[in-house]
Amino acid sequence: MEEMRVVFAGFGGQGLLFAGKVVAYAGLLDEHEVSWLPSYGPEMRGGTANCSVTVSDEPIGSPLIMNPNVLIAMNNPSLIKFESEVTPGGKIFIDTSLINREPERDDCQVYALEATNMAEEAGLKGLANIVLVGKMLKETGFCSFETIEAAIRKTVPPRKAALIEKNIEALKLGMNA
Amino acid sequence: MSEKVLMKGNEAIAESAIRAGCRFFFGYPITPQTELAAYMAKRMPKEGGTYLQAESEVAAINMVYGAAAAGARVMTSSSSPGVSLKSEGVSYIAGADLPCLIINIERGGPGLGSIQPSQSDYWQATRALGHGDFQMVVYAPATVQEMADVAYGAFDIADKYRTPVMILGDGMLGQMMEPVELPERKTDLPEKPWATTGHGNVRQKNIANSLYLDAEELEKSNIARYERYDQIKANEQRAELVDCDDADIIIVAFGASSRIARSAVRAAREEGIKAGLFRPITLWPFPVDALEATKAHAKAYLSVEMNMGQMVDDVRLVVRDAAPVDFYGRVGGVIPTPAEVLNKIRQINEGLGE
Repeated sequence: MEEMRVVFAGFGGQGLLFAGKVVAYAGLLDEHEVSWLPSYGPEMRGGTANCSVTVSDEPIGSPLIMNPNVLIAMNNPSLIKFESEVTPGGKIFIDTSLINREPERDDCQVYALEATNMAEEAGLKGLANIVLVGKMLKETGFCSFETIEAAIRKTVPPRKAALIEKNIEALKLGMNA
Repeated sequence: MSEKVLMKGNEAIAESAIRAGCRFFFGYPITPQTELAAYMAKRMPKEGGTYLQAESEVAAINMVYGAAAAGARVMTSSSSPGVSLKSEGVSYIAGADLPCLIINIERGGPGLGSIQPSQSDYWQATRALGHGDFQMVVYAPATVQEMADVAYGAFDIADKYRTPVMILGDGMLGQMMEPVELPERKTDLPEKPWATTGHGNVRQKNIANSLYLDAEELEKSNIARYERYDQIKANEQRAELVDCDDADIIIVAFGASSRIARSAVRAAREEGIKAGLFRPITLWPFPVDALEATKAHAKAYLSVEMNMGQMVDDVRLVVRDAAPVDFYGRVGGVIPTPAEVLNKIRQINEGLGE
């Protein structure tokens, strides 16, 4: 596969680190090399949160992504901060429930969906992150549905096992968007 | 073969240490090593082991001293400022010839510094973590898998040479997740006839101590310790060499910065620049022999570190006047980019053509 470098960015609490972990686990299950690197520090408390996920067939050098080919942005500051770093031809996924500006890049493919509203209307409050992963999966085809489903089962902690089916619903919602 | 799982570097060290027979953890919280202590707090009671959050780093390292004297596999973990606080205790442990494992998940310094990744404790780890003539084995893993692997082997090395062993990581390696295959549990741990476990009136008493009032006795103990250091230097040097066989320019980098250097070396090769990566896995003993061998063909060296230039001293001690040794670093918690390192490689390469 072509190396996939995804930056997930938004507010702390939107589940971006979790979404990144799902994608990383999918890569692991398909026996690719993967790395997952969170931003950490005081900025996570109510501020911006982001993580870098690389899925590759080569040993991964720097896990800190400087030039993503996929960006998932869930608020305005994240779009502003990371848009310019996306490689030409890259894919940008934005949650337009929360982002009220158009991406400026005309050399990238932009996929805009009201992920937060869609999740709420479907009774999946708080799962906009996974709706976006579903959309990203549909547009990149980086793994099979079976793989991502298995990744969700691995990533949801046992004490929250009741949420597995909701996550899979959210995934399908994004894939059909 | 066990299943690969996705784990943070901090967690992988902790789980691997438990599987290596570590049953005592004493620490004090500090970012960015927190997940390591948190993992131990969760797991140790289930293993019949002891997790104890001490009142300070100084207390924690002295608890390590006690458990090590009693022959237990024991460890502590911290980050830069917390490791400085432990330094007195580490010197005592080295002076008493006791094995233990110390983890430093470095952050920017000096002082309280930042909580972002750094490699600015290289000198502290390899030269003087504490007063007196002593060294300790220092591992610098570069992947989560390697963090698990060196943590697993570290206790054996510590026991074999009766020395503290350090794993020097940083916030990036500690916080990142990668697939890791965890090792099998160790079952037969070495006997420790020197341990202070009670003589039961059947043997001479064992004493763990670093105080010698007789100068000549103390000198003897230092000389004996340095004979063990000679064995460590002969047996335990480890390094990974990537594309070094025909390299004109050798990038020397460890831990997190070696990941960035690896990306830069790959990009340089794509441009036709003959670059290679020399990655020390042991920082002490420094892999002198493997680096020495590269002098036969290398025309220039570049040390890439997340500090102001520390390991570069060790590179120069090996390379001497055989080739120029350059340095590139970012500090304070700033992570250098592969593009920055590539630029530096290009500059050096242009210089070679002149």
